[in-house]
Amino acid sequence: MSEQQPGKTAWFDWRAVALPAATAVVLLAAWHFGVVASGSDLFPKPHEVLAGIVELLQRGLLLKYVVASLFRVTWGFGLAVLIGVPLGLLLGWFRPAFLAINPLIQALRPISPIAWIPVAILWFGIADTAPVFLIFLASVFPITTSSMAAVQNMQLVYLRAAQNFGVRGLPLFRRVIFPAALPQILTGLRIALGVAWLVVVAAEMIAVNSGLGYLIIDARNAGKRYDLVVAGMVMIGLIGLVLDGLVRRLERCDEVRWGHGRN
Amino acid sequence: MAATDVVVDVRDTWMSFAGNRPGEPIHVLERIGFQVRHGEFVCIVGPSGCGKSTLLNVLGGFIEETRGSVLVEGAPVKGPDPGRIFVFQENGVFPWLTVEQNVGFGLWQRPAAERAERVAHYVRMVGLNGFERAYPRELSGGMRQRVEIARALAAEARMLFMDEPFGALDFLTRLKMRADLVRIWQAERKTILFVTHDIEEAVQLADRVLVMTRRPATIQAEVTVDLPRPRDLDARGYLDCRDRIFALMGMDAHQSGVVVSR
Ligand SMILES: Nc1ncnc2c1ncn2[C@@H]1O[C@H](COP(=O)(O)OP(=O)(O)OP(=O)(O)O)[C@@H](O)[C@H]1O
Ligand SMILES: [Mg+2]
Repeated sequence: MSEQQPGKTAWFDWRAVALPAATAVVLLAAWHFGVVASGSDLFPKPHEVLAGIVELLQRGLLLKYVVASLFRVTWGFGLAVLIGVPLGLLLGWFRPAFLAINPLIQALRPISPIAWIPVAILWFGIADTAPVFLIFLASVFPITTSSMAAVQNMQLVYLRAAQNFGVRGLPLFRRVIFPAALPQILTGLRIALGVAWLVVVAAEMIAVNSGLGYLIIDARNAGKRYDLVVAGMVMIGLIGLVLDGLVRRLERCDEVRWGHGRN
Repeated sequence: MAATDVVVDVRDTWMSFAGNRPGEPIHVLERIGFQVRHGEFVCIVGPSGCGKSTLLNVLGGFIEETRGSVLVEGAPVKGPDPGRIFVFQENGVFPWLTVEQNVGFGLWQRPAAERAERVAHYVRMVGLNGFERAYPRELSGGMRQRVEIARALAAEARMLFMDEPFGALDFLTRLKMRADLVRIWQAERKTILFVTHDIEEAVQLADRVLVMTRRPATIQAEVTVDLPRPRDLDARGYLDCRDRIFALMGMDAHQSGVVVSR
């Protein structure tokens, strides 16, 4: 504690607000004058995008679409956590299971979730199930892989200490293997959540007719409303930022902070 | 030595690790043989990298000897045992638990009240009161080492295997920890195997010092330290023992300037 600089331990760091705000002002100005200079009448200026967001709010679409997208991510990502974390821990611990299943996982992992869209539609039709399935696919592999690697990279001395005190079986998993792996698991969850949020938008452009992805493709197709297209993109970015911030907050808990660098 | 109270009996034990190239194993231990009696305090000294940790890990049941016979408490070592607690050279304190949770780690089968009492006792002994709720990342290296020592002592094992446990401590803390360890050992009649590279430390603590050679290591000598405790560090007997071990390790304590003549 005492080793850190006082400015960094303060609960509120004004620079963390002021500096990104300054960046935003500069970029918004560049955007505005860039559009003016190009003379484009299709691409919106920042204030038009803001007006687009207000319009979506008034029509009740914004909330509806945000909820629809978050609902799908919650299910797909939640299922991926429930299956991926225990599976990864088991594969990391039991070598025969690792040998049997890891090649399959590593072969499925590089297939872009977008490539699964036709298959998902074939299996699940145009319903919420298809995007949930795609999000599940996109996030389950990084979650499994990071949980597995976390167990394999665990410091041997923790395992030995636990075995020395007679801790075996399920308690060994609960008291030592899981907590030792947790920091790296959380990092995997953060990456997977980012991927899930990317995939829900792509899936909604094709497989369903609600959600932020649908909003974008619909605004483009029905009347070239690029102000609404960009409004949708802005909302996707902001929500992604919030989701990432939530997982980062988890990474600062006392039980896992030791595994995340010098903080 | 009476056969009945021998708790560690190592005979003609060899240990090699698979090297980087097949067919060229790294020979670490050769023809190791020694015995330890119940309640004895034995120190192991030897040059860095000679195989002290390896030997202790074989005794602790974490790795298996390549060849030989290793009996601990009358039976071949099958694996780690809560009755024989290890203090690891590379700190084995759990970073996700607080100081008091770490110290109480081995006591999960005891009633909560007894556990709390015992944790408080050993936390105080290693001088960490006030840090019960701290996490290891908030402690210094020496404080973390003391957490591990407290965790080992709190388990009240019959035997302690300690691998350079005081290496990270400052001089004064080290002196205090040595005195505490001897006190606990005398009060509870534990058997202690203690690895150190500090010859003075070995002579201050041990009933007997095993001196290992360079790798591949064998035990080149056993020096019995038959001196009353607490030990007088200026007594003739103490200095003789120390100088003998220095000589065995190929150094003249006075000429090499390792110790100041008194
Ligand atoms: N798992 C392993 N695989 C291969 N070689 C090993 C392994 N463990 C130890 N060794 C080798 O065995 C030798 C002895 O190691 P060991 O850790 O027992 O030394 P040590 O006497 O404890 O040294 P120090 O005083 O520096 O702690 C070293 O040369 C090391 O490289
Ligand atoms: Mg060592």
